[in-house]
Amino acid sequence: MPFGNTHNVLKLKCASSEEYPDLSQHNNHMAKILTPAIYERLRSKQTPSGFTLDDVIQTGIDNPGHPFIMTVGCVAGDEETYEVFKELLDPIIEDRHGGYKPTDKHKTDLSPDNLKGGDDLDPNYVISSRVRTGRSIRGFCLPPHCSRGERRGVEKMSVEALDSLSGDLKGKYYALKNMTDAEQQQLIDDHFLFDKPVSPLLLASGMARDWPDGRGIWHNDTKTFLVWVNEEDHLRVISMQKGGNMKEVFNRFCTGLTKIETLFKDKGTSFMWNEHLGYVLTCPSNLGTGLRAGVHVKIPNMSKHAKFEEVLKRLRLQKRGTGGVGTAAVGGTFDISNADRLGFSEVELVQMVVDGVKLLVEMEKKLEKGQSIDDLMPAQK
Amino acid sequence: MPFYSAAIMTKNCHNDYKMKFSDVEEFPDLSLHNNHMAKVLTKDMYKKLRSKSTPSGFTLDDCTQTGVDNPGHPFIMTVGCVAGDEECYEVFKDMFDPIISDRHGGYKPTDKHKTDLNFENLKGGDDLDPAYVLSSRVRTGRSIKGYTLPPHNSRGERRMVEKLSIEALATLDGEFKGKYYPLNGMTDAEQDQLIADHFLFDKPVSPLLLSAGMARDWPDARGIWHNDAKSFLVWVNEEDHLRVISMEKGGNMKEVFRRFCVGLQKIEAVFKKHNHGFMWNEHLGYVLTCPSNLGTGLRGGVHVKLPKLSTHAKFEEILTRLRLQKRGTGGVDTASVGGIFDISNADRLGSSEVQQVQMVVDGVKLMVEMEKKLEKGEAIDGMIPAQK
Repeated sequence: MPFGNTHNVLKLKCASSEEYPDLSQHNNHMAKILTPAIYERLRSKQTPSGFTLDDVIQTGIDNPGHPFIMTVGCVAGDEETYEVFKELLDPIIEDRHGGYKPTDKHKTDLSPDNLKGGDDLDPNYVISSRVRTGRSIRGFCLPPHCSRGERRGVEKMSVEALDSLSGDLKGKYYALKNMTDAEQQQLIDDHFLFDKPVSPLLLASGMARDWPDGRGIWHNDTKTFLVWVNEEDHLRVISMQKGGNMKEVFNRFCTGLTKIETLFKDKGTSFMWNEHLGYVLTCPSNLGTGLRAGVHVKIPNMSKHAKFEEVLKRLRLQKRGTGGVGTAAVGGTFDISNADRLGFSEVELVQMVVDGVKLLVEMEKKLEKGQSIDDLMPAQK
Repeated sequence: MPFYSAAIMTKNCHNDYKMKFSDVEEFPDLSLHNNHMAKVLTKDMYKKLRSKSTPSGFTLDDCTQTGVDNPGHPFIMTVGCVAGDEECYEVFKDMFDPIISDRHGGYKPTDKHKTDLNFENLKGGDDLDPAYVLSSRVRTGRSIKGYTLPPHNSRGERRMVEKLSIEALATLDGEFKGKYYPLNGMTDAEQDQLIADHFLFDKPVSPLLLSAGMARDWPDARGIWHNDAKSFLVWVNEEDHLRVISMEKGGNMKEVFRRFCVGLQKIEAVFKKHNHGFMWNEHLGYVLTCPSNLGTGLRGGVHVKLPKLSTHAKFEEILTRLRLQKRGTGGVDTASVGGIFDISNADRLGSSEVQQVQMVVDGVKLMVEMEKKLEKGEAIDGMIPAQK
């Protein structure tokens, strides 16, 4: 069981072939990589906190595939997972993150001054701008595996750190389990409230255990900086605002994150990070920057153009519906964000979004006028 | 050869890791909860039991996760805990005993449970009025000794349970001759037929089951076996290792019970021959995943038309006195449709199979008589039974 798969030694009595999962109907990264030979070599291992191979892959076995997205099919239960199960996770990381090699180094850049432009996206088209990332607190197990005590420990530390923020970052924490009805309604109206996961991808990995214990939402008074505690990662940090000023959003994002990190360091801990994988998070798809920077943008003409997908690909961007991952677009309004996470820095990724969206809006305007966009086609980034 | 020996204590790595947090830090928040586990699990009990682990590595948190994740249910008082193996009921006795007592009418840790699968001991039951009793059914569960249970078992174990089950069922003949349909690999035609027969079980959607880990690796090693006559059915690796069901249209519960007992005993004999008997002991009877199914694990019931009686002020009282319970015709936690109810025994532990089916037979007979009276506009006051 993901939350306590502790009879690993017992399972070794069955032959590897008897335990190897049936992945014949499956189409996710894990299923593509996990051969019987790899399974045999890794199944006797466990991380120091007791996370095993079966724990890593349970979600990918229980969820063969997704109609819209190529799912990863595995999760980490702690920082050591990426090392102990390297043989499985390295190829998955390579597959998912554009050929990223086990020897590659990841660059972190949270200096907002390095971003060029980004303050002039046309608000007639760009309705809102948002940057999010995740952070894991070193020394604690991750959401698929953590106990109640650990989860509460993460919450306590996070709330202490967030409570010491000041200025335009000053805010308040709302624990999910003792929110008043009025607070809950307000958070729903602000689109801040996160609910117990319903996605089978998350449920199968054990992330919803003990809900809503240890979970909560913190946001600043101006409602432009938001932190989710103990949802899919220890922390999800979100900076957002209406309109197209991505520069300001990114500024606030970097400033806030850096302040929070300093506060954690003062407490004698830090975020999980290493020079190969960057920030370590629960899902291998979020390694590196863990960053998704995006806009909600009105591109009804562009989105119907035959070359839309090609343009996105070349710009290293991805589209989602305005409900987030796994939803459809409504009324020609799309969520456009960076496709990459690992192998590029935060600044580089946000730059791609800023430059790419600027171009998409120009293309939209041309199409509105009935003009061709052929000469605007970008090269592959 | 048992899969594991009770003498081996596997090192429970994650549980040891959790011990560095105090019991106060780990104790679940049960303030909004209303299930048997939440009523019984005190902080002291948690402190005492949290460091323990069964030989196969099942822990207190594993037992209670489903009850922590599912505070309550609108229609039913849920149990809120499961067993991961036979030893759970011993290792976590301090918690399971009071839950069992609460759930099973005061059953004490020193009580002995009687098993009686001799169908000839049932009196009557062949004459329930088919104008009212639409169908009759008896089900139970069985766990195969030496393997861990559905919340905990690995794929290898689950597949072995399936393999043993298929072998055992393949030896059945005569009225029990039948065929196994693995969920994984069913043809569309087979699937449609099983749905039309109301035999097919699907991946659990109930959060009660999902939180306990019973849907892992679905549909690997799950399947349905039934006899050619479609009156005897076995589910493999759903909520228990085996669920055994005897059923038919109409009100001949006697025949349904006969087939149930005979079939079960034939199956048990084959398992015993291979040194894999069913989990059973003289205190808890048949050991199953959910504590609510201990003892006989038996639910004997009918679908019966009681539109008048079911709206009578004393309906609930009558059911209580007859030791029966009602459900909708979709099974547990569904609503009834058109005045047709699923009426079955409420008890599982502390009375035998024969006794429980007797209560259903006698109780349903009485309720049909009451229904007929109410149809004629007559009172049923003189018929209200004493508490069984």
